[in-house]
Amino acid sequence: MDLTEYIKLVFTDYTLRTITLGTAILGAVTGMLGSFAVLRKQSLLGDAISHAALPGIAIAFLITGAKDSNILLLGALISGLIGTFWIRGIISKTHLKSDTALGLILSLFFGFGMLLLTFIQKQPNANQAGLDKYLFGQAATLVESDVWMMAIVTGLCLFVLLLFWKEFKILLFDADYTKTLGFNTKLIDILITSFIVLAIVLGLQTVGVVLMSAMLLAPAAAARQWTNSLSIMVFLSAIFGAFSGVFGTAISASQNNLSTGPVIVIIAGVFVLVSFIFSPSRGLLFKQIRFLKNRRDLQLHKTLAFMFRIAETHENISHPHAIKILNNFQGFTKRTLQKLVSKNYVKLDGTMWSLTEKGFKIASNLYNQQNNNNE
Amino acid sequence: MTKIAVQIDDLTVAYNYKPVLWDIDLEIPEGVLMAIVGPNGAGKSTLIKSILGILKPIAGSVSIYNKPYEKQRQLVAYVPQKGSVDWDFPTTALDVVMMGTYGSLGWIKRPGQKQKKAALEALEKVGMLPFKNRQISQLSGGQQQRIFLARALVQNASIYFMDEPFQGVDATTEIAIINILKELRKAGKTVIVVHHDLQTVPEYFDWVTFLNVKKIATGPVKDIFNDDNLTKTYGINYKVSIQE
Repeated sequence: MDLTEYIKLVFTDYTLRTITLGTAILGAVTGMLGSFAVLRKQSLLGDAISHAALPGIAIAFLITGAKDSNILLLGALISGLIGTFWIRGIISKTHLKSDTALGLILSLFFGFGMLLLTFIQKQPNANQAGLDKYLFGQAATLVESDVWMMAIVTGLCLFVLLLFWKEFKILLFDADYTKTLGFNTKLIDILITSFIVLAIVLGLQTVGVVLMSAMLLAPAAAARQWTNSLSIMVFLSAIFGAFSGVFGTAISASQNNLSTGPVIVIIAGVFVLVSFIFSPSRGLLFKQIRFLKNRRDLQLHKTLAFMFRIAETHENISHPHAIKILNNFQGFTKRTLQKLVSKNYVKLDGTMWSLTEKGFKIASNLYNQQNNNNE
Repeated sequence: MTKIAVQIDDLTVAYNYKPVLWDIDLEIPEGVLMAIVGPNGAGKSTLIKSILGILKPIAGSVSIYNKPYEKQRQLVAYVPQKGSVDWDFPTTALDVVMMGTYGSLGWIKRPGQKQKKAALEALEKVGMLPFKNRQISQLSGGQQQRIFLARALVQNASIYFMDEPFQGVDATTEIAIINILKELRKAGKTVIVVHHDLQTVPEYFDWVTFLNVKKIATGPVKDIFNDDNLTKTYGINYKVSIQE
């Protein structure tokens, strides 16, 4: 199947439409909530939560013996929440730093989950095959009810986000201050964290335990590059997430059924890369261009200022100098001088360089200008 | 007799096992501009944070105008240390100052024109109105400190707690800030400032508390800001000259 065929199929084929819709909604909700995780410097929390969800999936299967995705995800939700609140407990009750607590819970829960998975695989129950798809996800298993579930959670999340926007924002920026204003910061925190856990659990079926945190972080990291407004950042992050889902599904469906989860994550990574390089205010490319331009300007200014200083010692401001004299002082290049000539600040007469009237005026104002800029 | 704005009884705070504040009794009269001084690790910030309920004390109580702090929050404004937040947060100066109105708004309700007007006024007071739409990471340290001050001013409180507002600001900003604090005092407000520069204490403040885990002394600067108390607090001989 090639890409055009895929586009046609999205609108006609039920399965493909379901999967595309599912990954788009998932990308949007994780992107939205990911902004909060990133701004709270809890980027690793997503990773810990998704890994902590694994034993829940296994235990839910062991108890019910069924592979109904809603029941398995309920198990994932419970064990994800337990993991999250253990992490919080460890951080607040012991000397351990948050990265240690995260790493500890992540590997303990994941280890326990893997143990249970291998135990389940040894069971004489024909039903057990396919649980390991939660490790890397399998978008193809999405059915309509899963997408409905995602849509409901996303709607709920959006509602809560709009309702408590002010509270979320101030908590993210300054938690201590929020407390002094009389807000129950613990409640706001639990609300945000619970929704993050919920979004991660929703994505496990599609993207899997191992890669899920990228869905949370990548769109947000990309969005941060383009804006200095929290609301726009959350919005952009949701858009980037949704497009990662759609493009990822399209590519994986049209290219020999490449595994969807990893492709989505890679697309999200491309968003990050492009944003890091090309964002106008924070991107590396424009930063470098601005840096070079500033340096070139400064070089010109310095040359001009230097010639101004010599000119001041002569009666005629346009007293010519050989480049050798200029060079003797600070090694000014012929190129900067030529650039000044092209701006009509400096005149070249044979091999002698001299300041023009215009150049003199500009140079005498340079010092004042620089001072004004600093203020 | 002047009213007591803040009363602290038997306040003890500990991180893990070691007490950071030990049995603090402190009365702060209404309308003073008070410095809290003491060496690093003396518990100055901890004292403010425990008064404001950010940290939970092991024992003790805090009352604001004779009622428990929890019931009097709206009378109290806080200016945290500048370094306590991430200034790369995606928001503008005006937006941060608006946060000062969130407390009076309560849950869910959004700030409107009235709140915006109050925030703009506060920005003007601290001389930051031209920077209202600046992204906060593009402000200098002194400007960021002024934004924090404006955010507290918007709260229109009676008592202001400030954690090292002069840290890392240039002389111009320091003068601008102290002038605002003196104006607050003139308006009958009580201002409590964690302060590091002993040289400026007599010039800026009229009340002082010496703190080093325990309370060493508290009272009018002209009565108790002397070598004896400084030596007791800092443990080495201090010589200061106080202008009469």
